Amino acid sequence: MSKMQSLMGWVDARFPATKMWKEHLSEYYAPKNFNFWYFFGSLALLVLVLQIVTGIFLTMNYKPDAEMAFASVEYIMRDVEWGWLIRYLHSTGASAFFIVVYLHMFRGLMYGSYKKPRELIWIFGMLIYVALMAEAFMGYLLPWGQMSYWGAQVIISLFGTIPFGLGEPISEWIRGDFVVADATLNRFFAFHVIAVPLILLMLVVAHIIALHEVGSNNPDGVDIKKNKDANGIPKDGIPFHPYYTVKDIVGVIVFLILFSMVLFFVPDLWGWFLEKDNFVPADPLKTPEHIVPLWYFTPFYAILRAVPPILNSQFPGVAAMGLAIVVLFLVPWLDRSPVRSIRYRGGLYKIALAVFVVSFLVLGWLGTQPAGGIYLTLSQIFSIVYFAFFILMPWYTSIDKTKPVPERVTDK
Amino acid sequence: MVQAAGGLSCGKIDCYKANTDLDNKASLQRGVKLFVNYCMGCHSTKYMSYERMSTDLGLDKELVLKNLIFSDAKIGDYMTIAMPAEDAKVWFGTLPPDLSLVARSRGKDWLYTYMKTFYADDSRPFGVNNLAFSDVGMPHVFEELEGLKKAVFKIEEGADGSKVEVFDKFELLTEGSMSAAKYDQAVLDIVNYLDYTGEPAKLVRYSLGVKVILFLIILLIPAYLMKKAFWEDVH
Amino acid sequence: MSKEGVDLGKRRFLTATTAVVGGAGVAAAIIPFVTYMTPSAKARAAGAPVEVDISKLEPGKKMTVEWRKKPVWIVRRTDQNMTDLVALNDKMADPQSTVPQQPAYVKGEARSIKPEFMVMVGLCTHLGCSPTFKPEMGAASGHGADWKGGFYCPCHGSTFDLSGRVYAGVPAPTNLIVPPHKYLTDTTILIGIDQEGAA
Repeated sequence: MSKMQSLMGWVDARFPATKMWKEHLSEYYAPKNFNFWYFFGSLALLVLVLQIVTGIFLTMNYKPDAEMAFASVEYIMRDVEWGWLIRYLHSTGASAFFIVVYLHMFRGLMYGSYKKPRELIWIFGMLIYVALMAEAFMGYLLPWGQMSYWGAQVIISLFGTIPFGLGEPISEWIRGDFVVADATLNRFFAFHVIAVPLILLMLVVAHIIALHEVGSNNPDGVDIKKNKDANGIPKDGIPFHPYYTVKDIVGVIVFLILFSMVLFFVPDLWGWFLEKDNFVPADPLKTPEHIVPLWYFTPFYAILRAVPPILNSQFPGVAAMGLAIVVLFLVPWLDRSPVRSIRYRGGLYKIALAVFVVSFLVLGWLGTQPAGGIYLTLSQIFSIVYFAFFILMPWYTSIDKTKPVPERVTDK
Repeated sequence: MVQAAGGLSCGKIDCYKANTDLDNKASLQRGVKLFVNYCMGCHSTKYMSYERMSTDLGLDKELVLKNLIFSDAKIGDYMTIAMPAEDAKVWFGTLPPDLSLVARSRGKDWLYTYMKTFYADDSRPFGVNNLAFSDVGMPHVFEELEGLKKAVFKIEEGADGSKVEVFDKFELLTEGSMSAAKYDQAVLDIVNYLDYTGEPAKLVRYSLGVKVILFLIILLIPAYLMKKAFWEDVH
Repeated sequence: MSKEGVDLGKRRFLTATTAVVGGAGVAAAIIPFVTYMTPSAKARAAGAPVEVDISKLEPGKKMTVEWRKKPVWIVRRTDQNMTDLVALNDKMADPQSTVPQQPAYVKGEARSIKPEFMVMVGLCTHLGCSPTFKPEMGAASGHGADWKGGFYCPCHGSTFDLSGRVYAGVPAPTNLIVPPHKYLTDTTILIGIDQEGAA
């Protein structure tokens, strides 16, 4: 027995290191037919680590104080060695996180990855998504630019629309002041750097544990555990390590190439990742002409604006925006199709999913446009389309003509 | 990120394109000299230190201390100004903004257009107005260089039949010490300098980006071959 | 999945190549994070050399200035002090300043460019506390009848003389640090820059 083996034996008698390695990597059997869409889970994990590491370094020089916050970011950008790189890694990473997560969620919708027995994986994933939105929203206040300030002011004011006289006390409680102010910045900092990241990490662990308990879905939606060899290993399964680790490394490098293109050549992505107005320090007396949330929130922002006030209350719009996220949680139970993957579904689901993706993208674009006129009408139409995808799902998935699902996965 | 519907990108006109080049050290050096002499009376760049600026622009620190610093500031100090905020509000009606990040918030095309479109307007306190920034509270500080122009407007019919006043052309009223081409270059130099000031890291990030991406492409080769070698036995 | 036709040698070679190239990339990526923690341009600018006017400093007195956020002491010594320094030699751990705690241009008992003005960093070489100035002579100082003036560190009791030389048998291992400095005029010292012609 080599020294290394005896050391591992010593550890294993006290901590299940080898057992965990086997369970989650070397003897975790994943379907062999993962395609392009299966890169985004590991990429999301990579970006999470990147955000945590760069975030820790940023806090070393960032000052969560309304008087100093803006200047401290510029200090990082100019006077701290490599500060600009770490800050751009973090700001580009935030948008990259959403890109990766949106593609990951779309994969789930395409291949029915939320269907029994993977409902909890989907729920944990949705909770990660909600936590991520909270994290991004609070993080965007920290540079204390005009967009940070007025974006937060608008979003927190949404809580002010809550009826029964609760709105104003609630939004004051969130802000800790009558407008967004130093107290708001300070508490958002606390949530952004520790509270929400802790929740995110725990949810990610839960997401992965739940996944490894039931096993991964695949582009065919075939249950690989139904076909096992004499050793009890799924015939269509291959150990995650080394097969998917080496494959994911390729995905990571390609991702880093694209990421570097933005990071080094257009870190503001022409205003999409860093808004121009955010290079002006927050001024509580002057609102910029166009307040636009960052791109990953704009679909929901468009839904918010699409709903007209009812009885002089903006609350219905806020409620619609909330519902737009809540319905996503319900997908595992709205989908009545007997098959998982889009490959064996009929035309109805394919059309519905395509229309949904289009409506999400159009709403995202509308959220960046000024409200009113043709934009308002379009927002209303596409909001209805967005909700129709979910509300009609039990109907069109149950009458949809499905094809028989093969016994084994179809390709590698 | 979004331009107002139907609006022009620079106030009354569309922005001119500022063709500046951050690799042109001479232009940056001329830019900082103009900036210190003509702008820094009222505008600070308080996130930028003299030391960083002189290192990045290849200027000798002793010469910067002698020729570009008029106060008792030290080389490591930030490029602030001494004008009291209260006085500034009385003189200009508003506080002249800090220009550290103006190239990032306004964009360099806007800055270039702004500095080139001052025109005579007797209704304004300083006798000048601006096409890119209507009723601006700033005097035309480059008048001695550029001279003074008159803006000629013409009436056009809008799409809906209404009459709108649109900018037609400039006519030179008084000559400045610079020719039009020389003034254009001077403005480009200042814009170039402000572009640098907005993000000093720009001087290094492009070349670093090329290196990082080249490295990743090289790394991709063995990584891809490794993936293929492992996947040979997956059928 | 079968093990036939698998070229294990090729796998091993490519894994090693990827690991080496990727490892180099990771190492390079760590550099910005490590460098990020070094003093920033602002901290370095604040640590620039400091000019000190010593014309008002009286004999037997000490003044403290800040250089790189550290206390730097300037003590104006009397002729009596200078004689005492030599007398203290055998009580000192390193009487002739052989350990390089000072620039080459200050040496011996005096450890200064001009014997009258002693310049040193006021931080104990043990664990970095700032010692207290004890200029009184003899028993009045509380450090015994033989005390010739010097410094006492309240943290762990180390003692130093007026040249910043450490007494033998105290926790501090070496003499106090003498910072690089030079005389601009007879009454101004620049702390942070070596004297011309010095190594």
